[in-house]
This record gives sequence, structure tokens and C-alpha cells, in this order.
Amino acid sequence: MSQNRPEKDDPALDAKKTISLPISRVRLIMKSSPDVSSINQDALFLTTKATELFVQHLARSSFNNGCGKESNSLSYSDLAKTAEETETFHFLTDILPKKILARDYLKSLEQMQEEDADL
Amino acid sequence: MAEKPEDLNLPNAVITRIIKEALPDGVNVSKEARRAISQAASVFVLYATSCANNFALKAKRKTLNAADVLAAMEEMEFERFLEPLRAALEVYKKGQKGKKEVSEQKRKEKEKKADCEHEKSKEDEEGEDEEEQRMEEETEEGEEEVEN
Repeated sequence: MSQNRPEKDDPALDAKKTISLPISRVRLIMKSSPDVSSINQDALFLTTKATELFVQHLARSSFNNGCGKESNSLSYSDLAKTAEETETFHFLTDILPKKILARDYLKSLEQMQEEDADL
Repeated sequence: MAEKPEDLNLPNAVITRIIKEALPDGVNVSKEARRAISQAASVFVLYATSCANNFALKAKRKTLNAADVLAAMEEMEFERFLEPLRAALEVYKKGQKGKKEVSEQKRKEKEKKADCEHEKSKEDEEGEDEEEQRMEEETEEGEEEVEN
């Protein structure tokens, strides 16, 4: 309810010039991890800052490796490609799966069923 | 703990702004791509937290600190973040210190005023001062627990 209140007048305001993501939200995400008991202010600040750097890095890498350079666009498939091809972004493959067409999926499903039938 | 699943998302407006600033002017970022980056950022926080927590556990500490987060970045092979992170932390710490001094001064002024009104003795004033400082330290340390 009043979860955002306690920070209102301290670190969030101070950090305004250096970070733009809300510290309170980042803390909530960190705290959702069951084995974390407490986090000090500096660690919280650093994680928030790191998340911003990560967003920039992911967007830039995906744009540079992607196929939207000519059309000046960044699409989901560029991100999925980066997650698959770049070592450091590998941990994202679960949430950035490559899209496949329904007909391709159905085809592979059929194939699998045929193989099963053969056995 | 998070009450709603949306609580674990980062605010879209801020994420969109960070993406915009990172890319050349006029790049069109699809809605789907923006959502995906935002989700990726949440996963990044969890991944970094869990790495950092492992370092804290190894050192038998219960509280995550700055060194744990930096070590986590190295382990995740985001060494490129280390320098900007250290620089940002420096700025942040300076800001914190400055703010603390200001609030301390304000509080002392307030105390003085209060003391004049009540005509308190000098001894009382000093005692109170110490007590308040101690209290401040405690609330700062306890801050991370506030939300639960």
C-alpha cells in the first residue's frame, strides 16, 4: 500500500541525477527472491544503476546486430536473436524465445507424432 | 513481498526513455520489443541478486553489499558495467553525505529553538542529541526491512 512512501524523501531524491529507475521497485524485485534477507543502500543503488546499463546495452546490441538498421527500427526478433547469439545475454533465452510460425510448429509436431508412431 | 505480479515489472515509461536515449535518434522500437526489454530487465535484477547473494553467503553475511553486486557483475560477464557503476556509486555517496549534513544541521537548529522555548539545561540538550543520532543510524540500517 504505502510501499513507495518511505523512500520519497531520501535516497530516491538524492539519486535522481544518477539513476532514473525507481529504487523502491528494484528492491521489491530483489526481495521477491526467497533467499535474500536484506540489502544495504549501496547494493540497492548499484543494482538499480546496473539495470539501467543493462537496458541500454541490450537495446544497443540488439539494434546493432539486428536487421532493423536500414528501416531504423528495433523489433522483438532482434532481441530474441541477441539473446540466442550473445553469450552474456544467454540467460534471457527463456523469456525471449524465438518466434516460429504456427504452421512450422504444427509441421514439427506432426513429424514428432510420426516418429512416435514408427516406434 | 509483491502483492501483484505487476509489482515485479519496472515502469514502462522509464524503460522506454532509457531505450530511446541508448539508440540513435528516430529509431522506432516496437511495443513488443519494449515489453520484452522490460521483462529482461526484471530478470536481470533477479539474476544479479541471486549472484550477489551467493557472494554474501560465501562470506557468511546476511546483508547484500556493494562489493557483492560488483562481484556479481563480473561473474555475469558484465565487466563493462564495473567502471560506470563505481563512478555512479561515488557520486551517490557524496550526495548522501551532503544531504545527511544538511538534515543534521536542520535538526540541530530545530532543537535549539525547542530548547529556548522550554528553557532546557545544556546537559539535556547533549543527551538528546546523542540519542537522536543513534536513532537515525538505526532507522537507516533498518530501512531495507521496512517494506515487509
